[in-house]
Order: sequence, then C-alpha cells, then structure tokens
Amino acid sequence: MATAALDPAHATSPKRSVLVDWLTTVDHKKIGILYGASAFIFFLIGGLEAEVIRLQLMKPDTHLVSPEFYNQLFTMHGTTMIFLAVMPISAMFFNFFVPLLIGARDVAFPRLNAMSFWVFLLGGLFINASLLMNAAPNGGWFGYAPLSSRQYSPGVNMDFWALGLQILGIASLAAGVNFFTTILNMRAPGMTLMRMPMFVWSVLVTQVLVLLSFPVITIALVMLTADRNFHASFFSYNVAGGDPMLWQHLFWVFGHPEVYILIMPAFGIVSEILPVFSRKPLFGYSAMVFSMAFIAFLGFGVWSHHMFATGMGPLADSFFSLMTMLIAIPTGVKIFNWIGTLWGGSLQFKTPLYFALGFIAMFIMGGLSGVMHAVAPADLQQTDSYFVVAHFHYVLFGGSIFSLTAGAYYWWPKMFGRMLDEGLGKVHFWLMLIGFNLTFFPMHFVGLLGMPRRIYTYPSGLGFDGYNMASTIGALTLGVGFLVFIYNVIRTWRTGAHAPADPWGGATLEWAIPSPPQEWNFAVEPTVTEKDALWAMKRAAGVKVLPEPPLVSGKGIHLPSPSWWPLFTSFGILIFMVGIMVKGETHGFPFGPISVFGVLLTAFSIFKWSYQPVDHPTSH
Amino acid sequence: MSTQSVAHDQPHASGGKYVQIAVILFVLTALEVALFEVSHEAGPTGFGALLASHFVVILLALSALKFWFVAMFYMHLKFDLKVLRYVFASSLLIAVVVISALFVLFTYNRTLWWATGVWK
Amino acid sequence: MTAAVLDHDSADAHEEHPTSLRIDSRKLAIWTFIGSECLFFAALITTFVIYRNSHATGPGPKDVFEVPLVTAGTAVLLFSSFFVVMALNGAQEGNRKKLLLWLSLTVLCGCFFVGMQVYEFTGFMHKGMGYSTNLFATSFFTLTGFHGTHVAIGTLWLGTLLKDAYKGRIPPNKALNLEIAALYWHFVDVVWIIIFPVVYLMSLFAK
Ligand code: HEM
Ligand SMILES: [Cu+2]
Repeated sequence: MATAALDPAHATSPKRSVLVDWLTTVDHKKIGILYGASAFIFFLIGGLEAEVIRLQLMKPDTHLVSPEFYNQLFTMHGTTMIFLAVMPISAMFFNFFVPLLIGARDVAFPRLNAMSFWVFLLGGLFINASLLMNAAPNGGWFGYAPLSSRQYSPGVNMDFWALGLQILGIASLAAGVNFFTTILNMRAPGMTLMRMPMFVWSVLVTQVLVLLSFPVITIALVMLTADRNFHASFFSYNVAGGDPMLWQHLFWVFGHPEVYILIMPAFGIVSEILPVFSRKPLFGYSAMVFSMAFIAFLGFGVWSHHMFATGMGPLADSFFSLMTMLIAIPTGVKIFNWIGTLWGGSLQFKTPLYFALGFIAMFIMGGLSGVMHAVAPADLQQTDSYFVVAHFHYVLFGGSIFSLTAGAYYWWPKMFGRMLDEGLGKVHFWLMLIGFNLTFFPMHFVGLLGMPRRIYTYPSGLGFDGYNMASTIGALTLGVGFLVFIYNVIRTWRTGAHAPADPWGGATLEWAIPSPPQEWNFAVEPTVTEKDALWAMKRAAGVKVLPEPPLVSGKGIHLPSPSWWPLFTSFGILIFMVGIMVKGETHGFPFGPISVFGVLLTAFSIFKWSYQPVDHPTSH
Repeated sequence: MSTQSVAHDQPHASGGKYVQIAVILFVLTALEVALFEVSHEAGPTGFGALLASHFVVILLALSALKFWFVAMFYMHLKFDLKVLRYVFASSLLIAVVVISALFVLFTYNRTLWWATGVWK
Repeated sequence: MTAAVLDHDSADAHEEHPTSLRIDSRKLAIWTFIGSECLFFAALITTFVIYRNSHATGPGPKDVFEVPLVTAGTAVLLFSSFFVVMALNGAQEGNRKKLLLWLSLTVLCGCFFVGMQVYEFTGFMHKGMGYSTNLFATSFFTLTGFHGTHVAIGTLWLGTLLKDAYKGRIPPNKALNLEIAALYWHFVDVVWIIIFPVVYLMSLFAK
C-alpha cells in the first residue's frame, strides 16, 4: 500500500548516486546493458589480439611478436571471444529481452542475476589482468594436458586460465538456473510454451546446455587446479598413471555443448528478425522448437569428434562420426525453415535483415565444413590445420557474431530509445561480409595445403603466402567495419532519431511498451492469446501500428530493491580464486589466508543477502 | 504447461509413510553390506559364488532402488509437479549416458572390444 | 514528460502473483540446480572409477577402507533424510516442537557425518595415504571431499533454518524455506547412496 506521502516518481528509486545505482542494480535491463557494455569492450580486446595475430601472419618469416607471446595471443583471443564476448553479448540479450518477450517484470531472481554479471565481469578482468603481468594463458582455449601442467607451463599463465574460467563458470551456472526458472515460471497469462517467441525457446535450450555441460568443465578445472597447485596428477603421465585423455574427454563433454551455447541464441535472434522483416510468421514453428531440442540432446553425444586424431579406435570413431552427421539433419531443418520464412514474404531491406541473411549464408558454409569434419578419416587431414580454423570461424563469426550484430541493430531502438543509422549500418554490413570472407575463406585452402593452426610463422615457398596476405587484408577490413559500427553508435547517441515504441512493425511484446522501457516494463501485465502476441493484438485492433504507449508513474508497482550483496559475493568468489594462485604460507592447510578470507566474505554476503527483504520497503 | 495442477501446501505424505520408507532404506543398506560380505567371503561354488558373480549388478540395483525411494517420497517427486520429475530425470539421463560412455571409452579404448570378449 | 504520466493504482502487484507453473520459483530453481549437480558428480564419479586401480605407489582401497565406519556414516545420512522430512512435516503443520526436534536431529546428523569423514580422512593420512600419494587417493579425496563440502554447506544451511525455527520464523506459509533446503539435503543423500556402493564396496570387491 503506497502511502500518500510518497512522491510517486521516487517511490521505487530513492535518491542515490548514479554509480551506486549501477553497482547495486537488480533491474534486468540495466544488468543487460552492463553485460553488453563490458562484453563489447572484451570483444574489442579480443579483436585487437586477432589483428596482431593477422599482422604477424601476413608475410612469411615475420618477427613482429615472439613465439611465446604469440601463444598467449591466440589463447587469449579464443578464450576472450568465446567466454567474454559471444556468451556475454548473448547474455545481454537474455537479460534485456527475455522478461520483455514473456511479459514479465523481471527475472525470477533479480539479485542472483546481478551476481551473475558481477562474477562474470570480475572473472573477465581477472583473466585479462594476466596480460598486464606478461603471463597470459598460453595453452590454447582448450588447455590440453600435459601442456597445461606445471611441468610444461611453470608460470602462472595457466593458473589464470583455469581459475578465470572457473569464476566465469559460476556466473554461467547461476544465470542458467535463473533463466531456466524465469522462462518456465514467469510467463504472462496465456503465454504457453508453444506460444513463446523463438528467441525465448533458444534461451531455454541454451540454459539447459549450460546447466548440464558447465558442471563438467568445473570439475575438470578443479582437477587441473589440483594438478597445478596441489601436486595431484589427474592429467599428467607419471608413476601415478594419470591420463591426458581424461582432460580431452571432460573438456569436450563440455566443449561441444558449449559451441551450441554459442550458436543457439544466434538461431533465436535470427528467428525473431526474419518474420518481422518478411511480414510473415516464422515458418514451421514447432519444427524449429523440436529441432533445437534435438540438437541440444544430440549435442551431448558427439564430443569425441574433436578427438578423432587421438586414436580412439574404430568403434568410437564410427559412433561419433554418425552422431555428428545426425546433428546436421535438425540443423538443416532450421535452415530450410528460415528460408521458408523469407519465401514469398514482403521483405523489408533494413540493416537487421541484411545481417540475418548474412548469418544464414555464412552459417550454411560453416555447417558444410562441419559435416566434412564429421568424416573421421577426412578429419585426420583437416584437424589442427587452418581448415578447422575456417570452419569454426564460419559458424562462430559468420554465425554467432553476424546474428548478434543483427540483434544489436534490431533491438537498439528498444534498449536506448534511438535509431541506429541505416546507411552506416549497411556500410558496416558490407565491410563485414566482404572482410569476413576475405579473411576466412582462404583458410580452407591454406589449411588443406597443410598449414597447421597455432604456429607463429611459416617459411615462404609452401604456397601459403598469398592466402595469408588475403586473410590479413580481410581482417583489417573487418576491423574497419567495426569502427564504422562504433561511429554509428556514437553518432546515434548524440543525434540519432528518437525511436518510437514499435519502429519495425514488431511481432512480440517488447514493442508494445515505450522505448526505452520503463523500470517496471509492463504497467499492466499483458495477456497473450496466440503466437506473435503483438501482431495478434494489432489484428484485433485492426491497425498496423498500435498508438504510442503512454508513460506511467509506476506507483504501487512492486519492484525488487537494489542490493550490495551480489557485488560483495562476487568479490568473495574472486578473492577465493586469487588465493589459490597466491597461496602464501598455509601451515599444511590446503588453502591460504586469502582464500579463507574469500570464503568468509562469500558466506557472509550470502547470509546477509538471504535475510535482506526482496522488495523495496518504500513500495509497501 | 500452465494447465498443470496446483501444487498444495499440505504435507505430501503422512509421517507413517516416511517411517516405512526409512525402514526400507535401512534394510536395503543392510542388504548391500550383507551382499558385500557374503560375496567377499564366497568360495568358488554355491550361493555365495552366484552372488559374487553378479555382485556389481545386484549392488547397483539395490542402490538404484534406494535412490528411487528417496527421490520419489522424501523429495516428493511422486506427488509434485511433473515438470520437476522431467528436470531431474533428464539430467540424470544425460549424467548416466556420459558416465557410461566415458567408462566404455576408457576401459575398452583402442581395441575392438566386442572381439576381445572382455565384456563377458 | 510528466504530462503523459498515468497513475497506476488498480493492478496492485503486491498480491501473491501466480506463477506460470503454479509453483514457487525457488522450488523450480533448486530442482534445476540439483539437475545440474548430477553432472558435477557424474564427472567426479567417472574419474574415480577410471582411476580407482591406479595405486601402484602407496595404499589402495583394501589397505584403507573400513566398511563398518562408512556404513555408520551412510546410515546417519539416510536417517537425516528421514529426520528432515519429518521436520518439514512439522513446519507444514505449524507444529513448532516437532519442527525443532527433527530439525535439530538433522543438523546433528550432518555434523556427525562431517565428523566421520574428518576422522576417516585422518586415519587414511596415518596409513600413508595423502591427497597426492596416488591417483586412487587423489580421485577418492576429490570426490568424497566434494561431497563432504556439500554436506557441510547443507548443515550450515539447515543450521540457520534451525535458528529461524527457534525464533518462530518458519510458520506454515514459510515452510518452503525449509522444503528447498530439505530437497538439497536429500540430493546430497542420494549422491552418497551412489558413492557408498560404487566407491567403497565395489573398489573393495574388485580383484
Ligand atoms: C553441422 C554442424 C556442425 C558440425 C557437423 C560440426 C563438426 C565439427 C567437428 C567434427 C569439429 C572438429 C574438427 C577438428 O578439430 O578436427 C568441429 C570443430 C569446431 N566446431 Fe564445429 N560443427 C558444427 C557446427 C558448429 C557450430 C554451430 C559451432 C559454434 C558456433 C562450432 C564450433 C566449432 C569449434 C569452435 C570447433 C573447433 C574447436 C577447436 O579445435 O578449437 N561448430 N566441428
Ligand atoms: Cu563439436
């Protein structure tokens, strides 16, 4: 019951400094923006690393960077792009849009959500801090044993990697529980599962993958940490008989689902964009849902296709070959459905559609080289060569990044209330499409010619030179493309046109509310009667665009109150991990004082957190 | 999904039922230990030897039964929403598949294991 | 800006808002977490099974495991599952005495189990089996240590709930606070139901 004395404008946000506001926020939209901003900065760092790699490889026998630093560059590039760029940029969209798309006021556990973000940010900063110490991880993004062991990597490089990924895993698992619960339990009345927007489905499937695969890497990293810091020998050959193969298996039991964690949200975003810009519902909705679920399920049974070269024997090779080829079927179903959505639509050639179309084309190419890898004997020729590098960039860059960029152009107006410039967007698209193909298409050839991945230079005369030059020129073009994007963002920030609530003629609920949305999202909880809820509402009202929704005061709307404890909990976790690396004197106890302090801080913060009321006291 | 039945706040089963389950769990554990002792001491023939030759299977079956009782009754899966059952069962399924696959890969890797007869 | 501000008093969102599945989100969340935990223990158990015969140096299962001690621990954990379900029953009925009695017993069991493990581990150390003596030891300590940490966390959690119950802060409409802790506790118990035969009995039985 709101008392009359309360000023309605401040009922839910008493005066606090902007900084405190962001540090303690539990609003899913702000957290989404925090995810997006930090992930984009990490993306730029990873991109810079890639440019240095490409400059080093531009010509044969180059010595721009040392071999040691080159190892750090490719490891940090891969780790950054996967865990600090693509995953959290996806998380930005999960955070901002899942509650809006299902008609909810927030996620199920707003404070846990804030914790996920802070843990992610601290983990990302932790890994990158290694660069400042000139001790960045250097064992590749999959940290194969025994290269990652203390014996072969005596510095702290791989400690940064193992502990950093451990921190990031906590963030992902917490977010996994949160979004799984949110999607199943926080839907607006009438929003049945089979009426959910496809993006929400893709997030649900992604979270299932996170929940079931991240625990495995957590354990693998615990064992790696034990090997490196507690004299265990899980993964190193010695008298005790450790087996490096165990690392490979555990890593890829996680690793293959992980690649689907990277691509599923991209599937979802494209499935939102295509219908809106073809003015036509998504073709084969339920086939799309089931193929995603099928991909996720099969995704747990194919991990050893990354290990054909280890000599697992004919039975295992054939089994994993067949399972991998099977995955191509539901993937193909999705591609045909996207094309079916476009077919006969009245296409609106706006920037988001450009990027979505780019996604389809590039992802098909990545899928095709994927099926080639699935053929075990052929893969023996391709594995660890630039051919594999080409494959996973076609699926990750051509797939995930194209789609995430499409999503950025599509949802920018909703997030920030301003329209990105169309002309610059198209320049960005063409630079990216041309630059991308110029960079990665030649890698197929140079790979089959025998150029191995992860070498810091090569001699001339092997036929690699021209291809590498092309790749470097392409990479620079890509860089320019992203500079155009940054310019577009800055310009939009200053002078961009104000976005209406529904600039694209959208099909889903987020377009029914003001741009940017108010803190409580929906003043009145929406009721959903069919798929493409907003189109249904427009049809019912007999209009093409609904009238601009008014701003409301939000008096009496119950919002979760801000909290410091998620931030403190995250610091506790970080300090615990740092303490494992910087052990100090432990008097025979496995953990040093820093770790103990970290645990105590975490426990204390969680304790305070659980006794802090969820809701803002003034709104009662 | 939203048509699912409403979960009640009332207790899901009576105290008496819980006591019964406790007794069953206790007996099953005793059986496990007994099975272990008997098979461990077993001679080459007779009932003990029979048990010993199926030790792993029987033991796993007994613990699966215990697992089932706790999950179904103490964790209320039998009375609660079906979704919860699906969540748990599908996670378990993936877990069991991964364990079994890794076990096979490590035990029989690099050999044509069906030709060696080691699985008998 | 303020011109368009509408007042919004009608839809008072304070009221218990029905969730899509008609269950509390916390319950769904704890089950989701439990599902995820299955994979934690899957990875650990697999590692143990693969390495349990790797004890060329130092003691192996037959040199250290003591069935009676672990059986006692197992029984304690099983009983604690029963106790906590009775405590929950008490909470739901609003029977504070019943709640307090059974919940204290549960916490006691948790402490006893952790104590059993500390005693067991110390014994192993005295028999020359340290964390890194051999892979059997490492994977054993990692798996059971991980489980033991779960028991310890569960005991702490139930302990805070015991404090709440003592202060009368767990009325029937808040029994869910205990229910989710109990679900976690049962899960820790079922994991032990697997660990006991697979780690102890089967390793002792193997040639
Ligand atoms: C039709 C679908 C796909 C198939 C059949 C497929 C198959 C494969 C195979 C067999 C490999 C191992 C190649 C080797 O190391 O020799 C591989 C590597 C890889 N794939 Fe895919 N893939 C598919 C889709 C994807 C998707 C959607 C992604 C991510 C968005 C992805 C990301 C990767 C990555 C990152 C690697 C390289 C891992 C590394 O060695 O660092 N793949 N793929
Ligand atoms: Cu894969």
